[in-house]
Amino acid sequence: MISRREFVRITTAAGAAMLVSFNTSCRNKISRWRFLTGEEISLLDAIVEQIIPTDDFPGGRWANVSNFIDRQLDSYYRKHQVAYREGLSAMGMTVFQLKGRKFEELPFAEQTDMMEMMESGTFPGDYWEEHSPAGFFNMLRDHSLQGFYGSPVHGGNREYISYRMLGLDYPNIIGQNRYKDLSWRIYDAKSPANGK
Amino acid sequence: MANKRVNAVVVGAGAGGGVVAKELATGGLSVVLIERGRWHSYDEHGDDELTSQRTFPLKCGFGPDNERNWRMSPDGKNGWVKVFPNQWSYGNNAACVGSGTVSYGAMAWRFQPDDFRLKSKYGAVPGSTLEDWPLTYEEIEPFYEKAEYEIGVAGDPTNDPFVPPRKKPYPMPAFSLNGEGIILEKAAWRLGLHPFPIPMLRNSVPYNGRPACIRMRTCVGYACPVGAKAGTQNTVIPAALKTGNCELRINCMVSEIMIDDKGRAKGVRYFDADNRLQEQVSDIVVVSASASESARLLLNSRSRLFPAGAGNNNGWVGRNIQDHAYAGAYGLFEEEVYDDVGPGACIAVNDFNHRIPGIIGGGVLCNEFIRMPYQFTSIRPRNSKMWGIEHKDFQKRYFRRHIAVHGPAQEMPVFDKKVEVDPVVRDFWGIPVARISGSRHDNDIKAGRFLAEKAEEWLKEAGAVSTWQAVPGKESTPSQHQSGTCRMGNDPATSVTNKFGQLHEIDNVFIADGSLHVNNGGYNPALTILALGYWVGGHIVDMWKGTKMK
Repeated sequence: MISRREFVRITTAAGAAMLVSFNTSCRNKISRWRFLTGEEISLLDAIVEQIIPTDDFPGGRWANVSNFIDRQLDSYYRKHQVAYREGLSAMGMTVFQLKGRKFEELPFAEQTDMMEMMESGTFPGDYWEEHSPAGFFNMLRDHSLQGFYGSPVHGGNREYISYRMLGLDYPNIIGQNRYKDLSWRIYDAKSPANGK
Repeated sequence: MANKRVNAVVVGAGAGGGVVAKELATGGLSVVLIERGRWHSYDEHGDDELTSQRTFPLKCGFGPDNERNWRMSPDGKNGWVKVFPNQWSYGNNAACVGSGTVSYGAMAWRFQPDDFRLKSKYGAVPGSTLEDWPLTYEEIEPFYEKAEYEIGVAGDPTNDPFVPPRKKPYPMPAFSLNGEGIILEKAAWRLGLHPFPIPMLRNSVPYNGRPACIRMRTCVGYACPVGAKAGTQNTVIPAALKTGNCELRINCMVSEIMIDDKGRAKGVRYFDADNRLQEQVSDIVVVSASASESARLLLNSRSRLFPAGAGNNNGWVGRNIQDHAYAGAYGLFEEEVYDDVGPGACIAVNDFNHRIPGIIGGGVLCNEFIRMPYQFTSIRPRNSKMWGIEHKDFQKRYFRRHIAVHGPAQEMPVFDKKVEVDPVVRDFWGIPVARISGSRHDNDIKAGRFLAEKAEEWLKEAGAVSTWQAVPGKESTPSQHQSGTCRMGNDPATSVTNKFGQLHEIDNVFIADGSLHVNNGGYNPALTILALGYWVGGHIVDMWKGTKMK
């Protein structure tokens, strides 16, 4: 008899492996993402859009927040790889059990309900081992805000959209612009998220 | 090949070490200045908030790195947990040429005369090792002045009735107030307070071969693109190198002060840029590695005569670590108050420094440096929703309609708030790591709450429609204002150095950084550390001329 802990590990690993093979066979090319799978990205895109929704300014999805997170999981946030693999899988499975549909296919308001359950600790934690739904929610929230408001050099905040939103895109004092960091333009040309 | 013997090794090229290296090199001593970090430039960092020294979720851009440096911190369950430089519980300052003075906000405060005689003024404080400094304000005043002129300070004390006595004006005129500064100035007058422009180690006009400030919004936490902000990296360190007497060795991690059998220092052991163990023999060792790392180095320098670490036979090295109990308030406004004129902090009142019944010390109150967009996501009234459309609405509405006022409440030195070295855990080089523990004194909380009240009153008078306070808690890890771990004193039983920063127990080892502070004032400590650099460095040169330290 295998423990619950092992069961989750095996099933999430198998699920991830399945997704990877599905991706590669269908698209017949190397994944455009560094750590996350295409399936994980489509869930994450819906999540970051919940954290920073579109209104008269674009939201987290448009701003390439998922790309920011994927890039960090392959560099500064390697330590969070397990949390993301487990958390996204657990979240996806739980929502499917509760609603019979994928998170990203739910109406926006129902997604918000799910997010609020995660935040408040009322979300079922059955599929989680290392982390809790609330802990994972806090990490998702903080990383999404970093991706939306941080410098575009890290792969998010596409075209400095959050700076435009706050009226910070052009400094008031002539001359400062000489020192604005424009390296993200070069970076983005190489980014797999470019041309989205 | 062995390194050539020199007169002095200076460990750490920050505020204290940079000044000492320059004083010694111009005084004719041969100097090796060793720094564990490297040179940094604005171009490398830009306006990247996620690796700034202010908010650092990805890394501390100005060092040290997470790959080779860590500490232990209390886990809240009587155990210890490993922490990294970009966690608050590590208590980081910086690690690079210039150290904190590259990325600091550059406030240029002199401590009040009373800060040097706190115990005489307030009496003994139960639970605190509060003591007078062995040195008076009158003695240090010329060195404050030297720091203000050599490094470069802009200010105007005319409207501050509580300004510490000074013989000369500041070398540069004060900065003009930004939009929120003007609003706050008028409100302060209405409250009967005495607002004045914050003195800054930043050029308001071209000075010392460097241009004037261009008022970037990214200042505190970032390098300056034009070099208008003065640090040791663009003032005294280049001056030291220019003498030809000083060699700067970067990417070198000092592991130990070598002590001979007669109880004198022979030099230091360090790991060079290729991680090879090296020895640098010298007549004098000056330790200026910050309050936490200077204490760690002394504690890690064990020898026959000093089994508990260099200069630590009385057990006082690493004790009494202090920072500041920052406290303040936020206010939301109907109209835009943000005008994007950096660095933001520009106006202060000294009314609550030593003028509070029932509270020891107190602190200056200032408007805060500009909060960048990611940092602003955590600035909310209690019980706010921190994500979703409410979050975004708040960002859009209030980023340009809020003001923050806060101040550094003076902390009481507590003997059990301390830096130790961990008996087991070692860093990348195999050097035992620091562990920092202990809780704040109750007076700090009381003083913080008082300052927060006053900050809130100021914001309300300025027209804020909604305000809330931010008050300090009991637990904190001293970081950018860390001080006090090798305090100076006249009594060798209850201090680590004499009034010249010379170890009581080892006469050719000196300390020159915030570690010397007996208390940390109600102000940002950078100018005091710079002044102490001149004080200690000048004394070493005088001694050298007499005896050659033989």
